[in-house]
Amino acid sequence: MSKRLNVSASPHVRSKTSTKTIMRDVVIALLPACIAGIYVFKLQAALILLTCVATCLLSEYIYEKLMKKQITTADYSAVITGLLLGMNLPPSIPIWIAMLGSVFAIIVVKQLFGGLGQNFMNPALGARCFLMISFTGRMTTFTLDGVSSATPLAIIKNADRSVPVLDTLTNNGTSLFKMFVGYTGGTIGETSAACILLGALYLFVRRIISWEIPCCYIAVFSVFVLAFGGYGFDINYLAAELCGGGLMLGAFFMATDYVTSPITKKGKIIFGICLGLLTGVFRIFGGSAEGVSYAIIFCNLLVPLIEKVTIPKPFGYVKEAKKS
Amino acid sequence: MNKYVERLYNGIVKENPTFVLMLGMCPTLAVTSSAINGMGMGLTTTVVLMASNMIISALRKIIPDKVRIPAFIVIVASLVTIVQLLLEAYVPTLYDALGIYIPLIVVNCIILGRAESYASKNGIFLSMFDGIGMGLGFTIGLTLIGIFRELLGGGTIFNVSVTPSNYEPITIFVLAPGAFFVLACLTALQNKLKMPSATNGTGNPAMSCGGNCTSCAGTACAANHGLIEAQKAAEKAERAAAAKAAAEKKKAEAEKKETMKEDAKKED
Repeated sequence: MSKRLNVSASPHVRSKTSTKTIMRDVVIALLPACIAGIYVFKLQAALILLTCVATCLLSEYIYEKLMKKQITTADYSAVITGLLLGMNLPPSIPIWIAMLGSVFAIIVVKQLFGGLGQNFMNPALGARCFLMISFTGRMTTFTLDGVSSATPLAIIKNADRSVPVLDTLTNNGTSLFKMFVGYTGGTIGETSAACILLGALYLFVRRIISWEIPCCYIAVFSVFVLAFGGYGFDINYLAAELCGGGLMLGAFFMATDYVTSPITKKGKIIFGICLGLLTGVFRIFGGSAEGVSYAIIFCNLLVPLIEKVTIPKPFGYVKEAKKS
Repeated sequence: MNKYVERLYNGIVKENPTFVLMLGMCPTLAVTSSAINGMGMGLTTTVVLMASNMIISALRKIIPDKVRIPAFIVIVASLVTIVQLLLEAYVPTLYDALGIYIPLIVVNCIILGRAESYASKNGIFLSMFDGIGMGLGFTIGLTLIGIFRELLGGGTIFNVSVTPSNYEPITIFVLAPGAFFVLACLTALQNKLKMPSATNGTGNPAMSCGGNCTSCAGTACAANHGLIEAQKAAEKAERAAAAKAAAEKKKAEAEKKETMKEDAKKED
C-alpha cells in the first residue's frame, strides 16, 4: 500500500503533537523543580540527576539494540524517567544506587513489558519503591546543608498534637514558607512546591495534563487529612501536608503519566479519588510519613479495572431491557 | 535409556516442576529466602512425594475412581504429618524457618499432580523413581532460587559469606518481590537454553503433543525430543546437500566465484 494515500476512517485530524513534543514539554515543566533541587542540594543533586538521565538513556539504547528493536531514546521518555527517578532520590544517595535504580526502571519496569506505552506502572516510581525496599536506610536519610535531619512531614507526624503545627515547625528550624519555597530536607525534586506548581502551570497551559487527576487527588487528600490528621480543621496543618513530601510532584507529574492513568474523564476522577484516599491512609495510619509513591503505583495497578468500568457507551447504543 | 533413569532425567531436567511445569509455586516463592531453606523444603517434598507415589501406586487398583482425590489427600496428609513431626524433632531450626509451608505440602500441586497423572497409572518402582526425580528437580529449583536470593539479598550462600565486605545487600531479594524476580530470570534462562518442549514455543504441529500446553497430559513430551532430533538431522542433511550443490556450481562457473561463495555462506 502506498504511504501517500491515507486510507484510515474519518475524521482526519492533523496535529503536530507527537510523543516527542509531549515528552519535551514535560521535561521543560520538570526543569524549575530540578533547578530548585540543585540550588538547595548543590552539586550532589546535579550529579544524581545527570547520572539517572544518562543511565536511563544508555540502558534503553543498549536494550533496544540487543533486542533489535527500534531505538526510541530520542523521544524523551527515558529522559523523563531518569529525571523523575533522580528527583525521587534523596541527595545523599550514592551514585551507584542511582544507576541501579535507573537500570531497573528502564529494563524491568518499562522494556520487559514492551517499552513505552506498555508499562503497567510508572517506571520511575517502580524503581523508587525497589530502592526504597532494598536500601531503606539510605533512601530515608535526608540531609540539608550537610546536616541530616527529619523531613518536615516526619516531624509533624511524630509531633505532639496539642502543640500548634506552626510552633512545631518553628521549633525544628523550618516553617511553612520554607516548605513552600523549598528550603527543607527531602528528595531532590519534591523540595520546592512553588517550582513544581510553576511546572504544572506550564503543563496546564500547554494542555498536556488535564485537571481531573491532580485536582481530585489533592481535594480528596485534603479532606482525608483534615478529617483524620488529629489537628481538627487546621489550615496550617493542611498546608504543611500539601507542601511537604512528594504530593505535589506526584499529583502533577507522576499520577498524570499517560500510560499508567485512565483515559476517560470519569476514570481519571475515580483514579484521583483512589490516590487521595490511599495517600491519606499511608501518611496518617502508615509507618512512614510519606505515602505518595506507594499510593501511585498501587493505583497504577488498578487502572485496568477502572478502565473496564468506565468504557464510554458507543453512540446510539441502547441497553438491553432486563428480562423480568 | 533405562526406564528408571529416564524417570529421574524427566523429573530433574525435562519436566522440572519449578522451571518447566511451574507447579508448587507457593513454597517456591515463599520459603526460598535462603539456600538452606529452599533445599530443606525441596528434600522434605521429595520424601513425601516418593512415599506418596509408592503408596498410591500400590493402592491404585483398590481406590475407586470417584473418590480418588480425597483418597490421595488422606495418604499425602498422613505422610506430611509424619515428616512434620520428624522435622520438629530432629531439625527444629529448619522446622521453624519453613513454618506453615510444611503442612501446606499436603496441597502441593506437584504431589497431587504426580499422583493423578503418573502414580495412579504406573507400577510401584517406576512411580517411586518418578517421585524421586520430580522431588530432586523441585529441590534443585528451590535451591537455585534460594542461592541467588541469598547471594543478592544477603551476600551469603548457605550462610557462608562470599561477597566482599563493602557489598551492600539488595534487601528486596530476600523479600517476596525478589522471589518473583529470581524465578522469572531463571525460567527465562532455562527457556533460552533448553530444547523446545511443550512449554517452550507455542503451537507447533510438528510436535507429538501439538505444542499446546493446555492439552498436554505431561507424557507426550518425551516423543518431542525424537521428533526434534529427526528434524535437526533432516535440516543438517538439507544443508549439506545445499552446500554440495553450491560447491558443484562453483566448479562449473569459476568466473562467478565471489558471488557463489557468499551464497554458500548464507546457506550455511
